[in-house]
Amino acid sequence: MPDDDYLESLEGSYYVQGRDFVDAGIVSSEIKKSLKEKGMPEDIIRKVAVITFEAEINIISYAEQGTIQMFIRPDAITIEANDVGPGIADIELALQEGYSTADESIREMGFGAGMGLSNIKKFSDVFELTSEIGKGTRLKSVVKLNGQ
Amino acid sequence: MNLETLVEKLNLKCKCCWEKLKSTEVKGGYAGDLLSDVMANSSAGDVWVTRQVHQNIVAVASLKDLAGIIIVQGAVPEKDTIEKAQKEGIPIMVSEWSNFEVVGKVYQLLNNG
Repeated sequence: MPDDDYLESLEGSYYVQGRDFVDAGIVSSEIKKSLKEKGMPEDIIRKVAVITFEAEINIISYAEQGTIQMFIRPDAITIEANDVGPGIADIELALQEGYSTADESIREMGFGAGMGLSNIKKFSDVFELTSEIGKGTRLKSVVKLNGQ
Repeated sequence: MNLETLVEKLNLKCKCCWEKLKSTEVKGGYAGDLLSDVMANSSAGDVWVTRQVHQNIVAVASLKDLAGIIIVQGAVPEKDTIEKAQKEGIPIMVSEWSNFEVVGKVYQLLNNG
């Protein structure tokens, strides 16, 4: 269970609508802006930008709807993405670079290359992915602020 | 090298944000049509060469602090793409050449002046 300190560190909570490619990137842009205003280091901002963009695109591509939340504590930024959707049947397979269940319309836009989740993992210091078939998926990604 | 020089030397058509060409320094380049690939592997200040024309390319360029986007093969950026680029201040340029030719020329310019 998350402790009170963690919950109090909630910096922003954003709604993401499934299949809405028109607004894709809006949440990650908001989050990036907010981190810039706080004077966060550039390399941290870029890591979080990749993580939130991929999380946002995943919700849009596969889920009905979802939320992306950002928590900021002195030692780390945590991104949580929760969605209501079909869930992921085989998480290990989904994490394999190149594996994708995206349909043609998604691929035509240059998404669905099977790189999203592995990108998130690559740019995270801590990465957790859990899913329930027919219910949804929960992603937690931590970027540490003080090196390792 | 700034974007203005690149536009002149490569004979690019600037579709958006010409007012930013002079002040935008091109530090390097990245080419690709897979958005996640560009998200993961491009660097700030890169000019991005792509065949994609839809509006999501603007979000990628903005999130990664890219210098601008060169659309290849004379492809026409969608109206929404230009509008979004205007809002985010991301220069969009179009070349008649293929991605192969554009990348070769940009590489040469950046490395030999």
